[in-house]
Amino acid sequence: MEPLSFGARLWLAFLLPFRVLFDAVLAARVAAVARGQALAPLPSAIETRPETKPELAPKAKPEPKVIEPEVVAPAPDRTALQLLAILQREGRFVDFLQEDVSSFSDADIGAAARVVHEGCKRGLRDVLTLAPVRTEAEGAKVELPVGFDARRTRVTGNVTGEPPFNGTLAHPGWRAEALRLPELTAGHDPTIIAPAEVEL
Amino acid sequence: MTYAIGIDLGTTNCALSFVTSADSPPQALPIPQVVAPSEVAPRRVMPSFLYLPAEAQFPPGSLSLAWYPNARDVVGELARSQGASTPGRLVSSAKSWLSHAGVDRRGEILPWQAPEGVPRVSPLQASARYLGHLRAAWEHAHPDAPLDEQEVVLTVPASFDPVARELTLEAAALAGFDEPPRLLEEPQAALYAWVAQRGAAWRSDVAVGDVILVVDIGGGTTDFSLIAVREDEGTLQLERVAVGDHILLGGDNMDLALAYAVRAKMEAEGTTLDDWQLRALTHSCRAGKEALLGDGAPSTFPLVIPGRGSKLIGGTLRAELRREELDAVLLEGFFPEVPVDARPQAPRRMGLTTLGLPYPADAAITRHLAKFLGNAIAGHTAAEDHGHTFMHPTAILFNGGVTRSPMIRERIVGIVSHWAAAEGGTAPKVLEGTDAELAVSHGAAYYAQIRREGGVRIRGGTAQAFYVGIDRAELAVPGIPPRVDAVCVAPFGMEEGSEVALPQPFGLVVGEPVSFRFFGSSTRRDDAVGTVTSPTQLTELAPIETTLEALRAPEDPEAGGAATDAAEGEIVQVRLHAHVTEVGMLELSAVEDGAERRWQLSFDVRGQGQGQGQGQGQE
Repeated sequence: MEPLSFGARLWLAFLLPFRVLFDAVLAARVAAVARGQALAPLPSAIETRPETKPELAPKAKPEPKVIEPEVVAPAPDRTALQLLAILQREGRFVDFLQEDVSSFSDADIGAAARVVHEGCKRGLRDVLTLAPVRTEAEGAKVELPVGFDARRTRVTGNVTGEPPFNGTLAHPGWRAEALRLPELTAGHDPTIIAPAEVEL
Repeated sequence: MTYAIGIDLGTTNCALSFVTSADSPPQALPIPQVVAPSEVAPRRVMPSFLYLPAEAQFPPGSLSLAWYPNARDVVGELARSQGASTPGRLVSSAKSWLSHAGVDRRGEILPWQAPEGVPRVSPLQASARYLGHLRAAWEHAHPDAPLDEQEVVLTVPASFDPVARELTLEAAALAGFDEPPRLLEEPQAALYAWVAQRGAAWRSDVAVGDVILVVDIGGGTTDFSLIAVREDEGTLQLERVAVGDHILLGGDNMDLALAYAVRAKMEAEGTTLDDWQLRALTHSCRAGKEALLGDGAPSTFPLVIPGRGSKLIGGTLRAELRREELDAVLLEGFFPEVPVDARPQAPRRMGLTTLGLPYPADAAITRHLAKFLGNAIAGHTAAEDHGHTFMHPTAILFNGGVTRSPMIRERIVGIVSHWAAAEGGTAPKVLEGTDAELAVSHGAAYYAQIRREGGVRIRGGTAQAFYVGIDRAELAVPGIPPRVDAVCVAPFGMEEGSEVALPQPFGLVVGEPVSFRFFGSSTRRDDAVGTVTSPTQLTELAPIETTLEALRAPEDPEAGGAATDAAEGEIVQVRLHAHVTEVGMLELSAVEDGAERRWQLSFDVRGQGQGQGQGQGQE
């Protein structure tokens, strides 16, 4: 397996939390990798064209086909691409990541970052309600009781003994309270993140 | 259960609010709209833009909504964003066209000056399209509560003349409203929103004798109204006492003015911008305006103009918006400190005038305000006795996006206080607490609610006095048109449901077209029915043109002896009646003397002469 470039890793680091959050199958696979197990074959792949079903999908359990004439329910794989398309549309996110930044000054990158920041923030606000996982201020003393939810809080540093743990809140975390991606209608091609533009 | 619904059909944004019960506050209906091809999402407001795409510009079905599966055009967010780069196919400011007497408002004239081959719609159809979208959005969310069975209030600018109000109701009918909605003036709606927000406490926030100035600066229009607080049998009453002219000036003009100023600076430094970059700069200037006008604002705001291609960093231009520039362009340009006797500069008359929207020649909103307050004093003898030269507002209610800025509020309050202080008056207080974006629809929903359940109502009646032109009986001079007198047919402040009749009778020929010139005045509030004046002091509105159809039978079969049929060519003696309907519309009719035969007169909205070439689509 080839190592990923920094840009690709940055992108993956951004994308993965959303996909883990909203794609239970992928989350299970990531959890397996994290436990050191070998990668299981993909149960499904991103559709390259909306009309052709990928052959990788196991045929053992035929899924009932839901045909909605007008509104296509966002499938788990589509949501990631859809979110990416929104961030590109509002904040030129993909343009920013795909550009080679090494030759530009910090001031130039900073100017472009304002476009990305302002637009992506707006795009994210429209589709996602974010809230911190913990409401205490950063740096506050917190106590984790017995049976605390390890999905919501991760302990680091001098982890010894049994809970309750006492520690300092290093990062309050982020939690998606609501996801409201636009409904997709007929003719949507999830693989097009930004269409080409031709000025007539 | 039924809902009380308020609809804000705005120049740049539409909104729909509703109230479920007397105790609950108004809430906005999220309006689903196409935000990108094949993507539908709800938004608090719907931008009032209609985009007419070319064949094959969008994939089939990608503009469809649940209630509009075979969509061929699109309104709302996508229309606005797509139209920004393709202005030739974008219908914008349809509402301003609806109130523009110079063009045929039922004619298919929009997009204005669109290139050959672009489909066109009338201002009426575009307005109907927005209302239809709101109606469908409501019925989609509440399938068990059809809109026609709810109490619905639709807002119009206070300065809309009877013709524009009639066209607004016509647009509602075209949009499938079987029951005509009630009309409410936007500044009144804003005040209702404030009352709804304050609850019972509003009665202690204002006192008898207060005069509330409503300053409504939207995206494309500015509207002023004065509402007085009176006492009637021990309870506080609100009465709308004056409305201003329709001024096509708003936040969008300010963003553009800033962008031009920054572009000039950049060009001086050798950077030229194309149209696409100018739009991006305007967008950036809007953000800069909001940041620099906020509380604790920085002294400069970095403007970023991203490149259009995929090279974001390499193609980005940078500029800066400094506080001095903002002050010079915005505060000095739009809100200059002027004396109270200042008046907007009259437009320079060009040899050729275009028929586009009648934008004001003077961008200074404070000069328009000085004129409004100066005109409003006429007829208020008590105030004139105090030596006041203008109406002194004792409270100000702000509405519209621009007025969210504390600096602009302070500027306006400061200028009005300065004017008042010079005449021994006090500074006005500011009525706070309304949502600048949704106040009008919220207030309209609240008004719909109190129409059902009772509550404080703003009295006011018609916002203008209306006159018909009657040729003066004198010796004809060849080549010189007969002089015209203006006779008052409907005085200022006629209440809903009231009717007045002109004393002098006319002889009209059945079956032949008749035409009256029609005038309005928002300043002559003492004229009674029949008062004769010169048309030079009045604003000419669309003419009244009608043909007295030969009636087969009287409209009212109970009228008994008068039930003779009118035949072609017969001369009947009629009087003009003015009637304000329950929904707030002015209706003029010709009523036969001593009989019950009645012909309703209608306004001619085909525009004046030159407009004919543009609009062929007469219905």
